[in-house]
Amino acid sequence: MPKKKILTTFAEAINQAMITEAKLDPTIIFIAQGLTDPTGVFGTLKNLEKNIPKNRLIEMPTSENGALGIAIGAAISGMKPIVSFHRMEFALLALEQIINNAAKTSFLSEGKLKVPLVIRLIIGRGWGQGANHSQSLETIFSHIPGLKVIAPTFPGDAKGMFLSAIRDNNPVIVIEHRWCHYLKDNIIPSNYSEPLIGAKIVKKGNHFTVLCVSYMVIEALIAAKYLEEIGIFIEIIDLRVLRPLKLDKVFKSINKTKHLMTVDLGWTLFGVGSEILAQVFCRDAIHLKKPPIRIGMADKPTPSSRGSIKSHYPSSEKIIIEIGKSLNIDLLKIKKVLKLLKKNSSPIDVPNNSFKGPF
Amino acid sequence: MEKNISMNNLKKLFFSMYRIRLVEEEIAKRYSEQEMRCPVHLSIGQESTAVGVSYCLKKSDKVYSSHRSHAHYLAKNGNLKSMISEIYGKSTGCIGGRGGSMHLSDLSVNFMASIPIIGSSIPLAVGNALSEKIKKKKNISVSFFGDAAIEEGILHECMNFASIKNLKVLFVCENNQYSIFTHLNERQPKKRNIEKIASAHSIASKTIDASDVTQIVNGTQEALKYIKKNSAPFFLVLDTYRWKEHCGPMNDDHLNYRDKSENDKWIKKKCAIKSLDNILIKKSKYWPSEKIKIEKQIKKEIIIAFNFALKSKLPSSKDSWRHVYA
Repeated sequence: MPKKKILTTFAEAINQAMITEAKLDPTIIFIAQGLTDPTGVFGTLKNLEKNIPKNRLIEMPTSENGALGIAIGAAISGMKPIVSFHRMEFALLALEQIINNAAKTSFLSEGKLKVPLVIRLIIGRGWGQGANHSQSLETIFSHIPGLKVIAPTFPGDAKGMFLSAIRDNNPVIVIEHRWCHYLKDNIIPSNYSEPLIGAKIVKKGNHFTVLCVSYMVIEALIAAKYLEEIGIFIEIIDLRVLRPLKLDKVFKSINKTKHLMTVDLGWTLFGVGSEILAQVFCRDAIHLKKPPIRIGMADKPTPSSRGSIKSHYPSSEKIIIEIGKSLNIDLLKIKKVLKLLKKNSSPIDVPNNSFKGPF
Repeated sequence: MEKNISMNNLKKLFFSMYRIRLVEEEIAKRYSEQEMRCPVHLSIGQESTAVGVSYCLKKSDKVYSSHRSHAHYLAKNGNLKSMISEIYGKSTGCIGGRGGSMHLSDLSVNFMASIPIIGSSIPLAVGNALSEKIKKKKNISVSFFGDAAIEEGILHECMNFASIKNLKVLFVCENNQYSIFTHLNERQPKKRNIEKIASAHSIASKTIDASDVTQIVNGTQEALKYIKKNSAPFFLVLDTYRWKEHCGPMNDDHLNYRDKSENDKWIKKKCAIKSLDNILIKKSKYWPSEKIKIEKQIKKEIIIAFNFALKSKLPSSKDSWRHVYA
């Protein structure tokens, strides 16, 4: 009998995945600053103390590279650490351990040592996050052989993929967009695993393939709604797994639509879109009708003021404009649609109208 | 200091140090043949630190090392054939030739990993100790690093963590005074004693002159006793000297970056192998003839190991695609 689904946020979904699995597996340990704080890393680590023995909850001093190295040392000696950073930028201090040790220990031990490690990196957006709390640096990690990199968007995927990440014998970087934490969906309360392979088609369409990373899927879904008003049906693909990168579904979709747009969370230069487009062009089987479109964050550091972030983050508006241009849609039609979009939008620096933090 | 150590064990210590010396000298001798095609950081002059510490360890204790790891590997009973083959880049190496001299690892003796980035393996040792604590095991994690690691933030992160979490870590700082060509005085405050950094992290510590291996043995035993009794880390500073160039088989004293008097002091007067040899000569009239036998035995083992490495096959490039992921 199918289990009853319950409305769950992304943050609650991964919290469930971690707690349920950690109750079953005594080798799972948690490492973070403010691990058992009342807010518990934006609620994602809520109720840890109630469910997991204290000796497996490692409150970490402010030592990011140390935290990662210690997690690797624990992983190669039988533990499965889950390390959480409140913002991705803190992991820059831990790149040495992530790249030199986490990614290479299996290789340098001929597979005798394994690094079952989950590294959670949270990307901020809006509410004045500014230059050092809003960066999307997922390509740095995706560049490194030996790491796996996932970026689930929806609560259902997040829960299943999180479970697979915990059970994986490799270091898995989990990219969590802060605005994804608030997304709600009906999912089953018990744990299930979703393999860490490949993209997922989120919305079917025949006119344009729009490949998105993480929260950009939501921007694309909003754009799709308005584009439908003028008869354009886009196919939205949630990339979900950046490494190992498997693009079969993307190639198949492009063969159908003959149009491609990539939507990066971060900067476009050397971004996810760059890699996808390179792979598309290296396959002679694919012929696009128009030059592909690559959008992402504006090529500058993120300003804090909401006055200056207009057109900084890639948005549904940008997606509509670029697709309209590419398909030679009458500008008046596009303008009409954008007007409607603007009318229904929440303020530029919050994920939705009811948003009151935390940030 | 040798009073606490039996004659038999003194001989063992000598054997172990002398074996490392002769292995390293053989590497230096053959390096110009260009068959060992990776950087080598020789342990000549620093044998006592590895031997003195490892002499006190159990097989189940875990050791982590850095770029200068040959002595640590051999002292922890790492297989000589596997080490030489690894340096020769052969498939019979301890990790199949994929690491070379700077990445020695032999899990059969719990010589866990060597990482050539300064300080990089220290958190692995600490994390291992955390794991042992959660599993309620008694094993000690040993982290070997040089004096330059003191300048790395990660060492302080690790000391702080090991201290507050009461982890059974033995930090071993081998102070050979030089980071490549640069003396300690140009890198760290002259008046600061390295040991004081440990006490600043509330970690018990001791500084030992590494020219006397028996002092290292006694100091390590004291440290291990402390670690077990208090469930807390300990920090050893072992003052030693690198005889050869930082990386490679040669002497580089013609570059004049080290004082001649300092050089003479450590090489002529403070050689730990020579010191122990003198003790053994005083203790036993049979020692000189025993020493000749030991030397013969070691040299034979070395020739066998080098021949084994030379005859072994190079790994295929196909093999290097394995184990990128578990």
